Amino acid sequence: MANEVVDHGRRRFLTATTAVVGGIGIVSAAVPFIKSWEPSARAKAAGAPVTQSLAKIEAGQMLTVSWRSLPVFVLNRTKAQLDTLPMVDSRLVDPKSDGASADQQPKYAQNEVRSIKPEWLVVIGICTHLGCVPDFVPEIKPEPFDPEWKGGFYCPCHKSRYDLAGRVYAGVPAPKNLPVPPYHFIDDSTIQIGVDPKEAG
Amino acid sequence: MANVFTSIGEWVNERAPGMMPVYRKHMTEYYAPKNFNLWYYFGSLALLVLVNQIVTGIFLTMNYNPSAAGAFASVEYIMRDVEWGWLIRYMHSTGASLFFVVVFLHMFRGIMYGSYKKPRELVWLLGMLIFLVLMAEAFMGYVLPWGNMSFWGAKVIISLFGTIPVIGGDLVEWIMGDFLPADATLNRFFALHVIALPIVLLLLVVLHLAALHEVGSNNPDGVEIKKGPKGNRWDALKPADGIPFHPYYTVKDLVGVGAFLLIAAFIIFFAPTFGGWFLEHDNFIPANNLATPSHIKPVWYFTPFYAILRMIPSLFGTAVWGVLGMFGAIALLFLLPWLDRGQVKSIRYRGTGFKVALGLFVVSYIMLGAVGAGVTAEVIPAWFGDVDVTFWENLFGRVMTLIYFGFFAFLWAYTYYGWEKTKPVPERVTTHD
Repeated sequence: MANEVVDHGRRRFLTATTAVVGGIGIVSAAVPFIKSWEPSARAKAAGAPVTQSLAKIEAGQMLTVSWRSLPVFVLNRTKAQLDTLPMVDSRLVDPKSDGASADQQPKYAQNEVRSIKPEWLVVIGICTHLGCVPDFVPEIKPEPFDPEWKGGFYCPCHKSRYDLAGRVYAGVPAPKNLPVPPYHFIDDSTIQIGVDPKEAG
Repeated sequence: MANVFTSIGEWVNERAPGMMPVYRKHMTEYYAPKNFNLWYYFGSLALLVLVNQIVTGIFLTMNYNPSAAGAFASVEYIMRDVEWGWLIRYMHSTGASLFFVVVFLHMFRGIMYGSYKKPRELVWLLGMLIFLVLMAEAFMGYVLPWGNMSFWGAKVIISLFGTIPVIGGDLVEWIMGDFLPADATLNRFFALHVIALPIVLLLLVVLHLAALHEVGSNNPDGVEIKKGPKGNRWDALKPADGIPFHPYYTVKDLVGVGAFLLIAAFIIFFAPTFGGWFLEHDNFIPANNLATPSHIKPVWYFTPFYAILRMIPSLFGTAVWGVLGMFGAIALLFLLPWLDRGQVKSIRYRGTGFKVALGLFVVSYIMLGAVGAGVTAEVIPAWFGDVDVTFWENLFGRVMTLIYFGFFAFLWAYTYYGWEKTKPVPERVTTHD
């Protein structure tokens, strides 16, 4: 055996095919383990729509509703608060929500006030930077983080600022406006979060 | 009795003749430079803390409940009802912070004496990998008590991956196994924290030491004792300036262990939260997915990198730049052996430019830590009154970020273009004979 001539081509072929087949096997075997990290069926099922009455939210008040475990801000904006929105346009990244933030809301909320009805703002209260919940700072008065504050949301984590339509200010870490979830009005004082108006018929 | 031990030893040796040579290679016949100073305690201390973390960690798992519903209560159960549970838990939590203290000092020693330079690049790279795994291990460990800071810390750190273009959003859901940090997240972090990462960490530590013992230890003079004269009291062929690691440095390290344990015991018994620096106050509140703590910040050892993340604004509709900056700050440390082209290793014989740059680097690192921990946000209004805090904090933090990165750029230019004026390096370690 020892003095037989070694067929190097055959040996290389066997080494290569063994490596390829073994490699495919290892990659295939890794798939179930990687997939096991996806949200489970139970986690997905927990994302059902939420119905919320607006009757008790006074003008200027905000309610936080839990939808898919996400905090959804439902804010009843006053006339004065709505009037502040055009005043801050020049300090925002994307005041019309048609640039970087084009995908941050459904079409029916892609307008100046980012809502279906002007007074009712519905946004997911998750900072678009790294996912903290911004604080609601509605008073129009100088704040330590912004001497010309017109009211809005302020993220305590990395100091991103949003106006009262959830539009992000320029020069902060967050890149996009707060996302608007799909929602519709069942009647004048009830909304359902998680379902688009057209899906609801 | 002595005969029994001798005969057992011989019995083993006949069947495993390779064991004693390994012991001798790494202990009694590993010749380390004789001029190690105080800075050389931190390697062995890191090993000591690692053992502490493993032993206390094993005992914590015996009472800890890795579920979103039970985790917080089980930690309080360990603290209040388990006999000596408070001590074991505080040893573990204090150990985590002290791990970073000794590792930071150990790394600073390496930079100061040029221990990352040829031929020790691999030792440095393995050490940096240990640092990375250690950060992942510490982060996941911090999530396990499921306090409010655990929850929000997890949220922010996992969201870092969400800034990656295209795949970011799916990746975040994949890491969390849910739409928010939840039961699934906590369970997988527990598995990684107690099994996966410790195994990787131990393997890397073994490789780090093996790589070190191949090339030999550096020393405060940065001279290669293997290139110096040969012949010492134990071996005519080994470096004259080397002494056996055991018993000389094992005994020396025991002194360091004693001093270290004294400090560690003081913290564990008298200041286990260390004023909110080792265990944050907000983490004594259970996790709440609807309320972010008013001052969210990581534990102190992550704050410099966290500050870099915060100081870099988003551009072109993406927040990925801050994340790149943060990881870049660590990646540059990996590249240190190739950025620094200087031939002289030790700070004792390097140019003034290096000394100043290293000093500024340390200052910027500490100041970034202060920014990340929210110290500047408190100090600026207290010292300067009614000013725009965000503006001044960003200005300060961005200058410090520039200095941090500037260190690497300067070090490269300084050594690449030959601007460094070094002093003559002695032939042998300065304290020989």
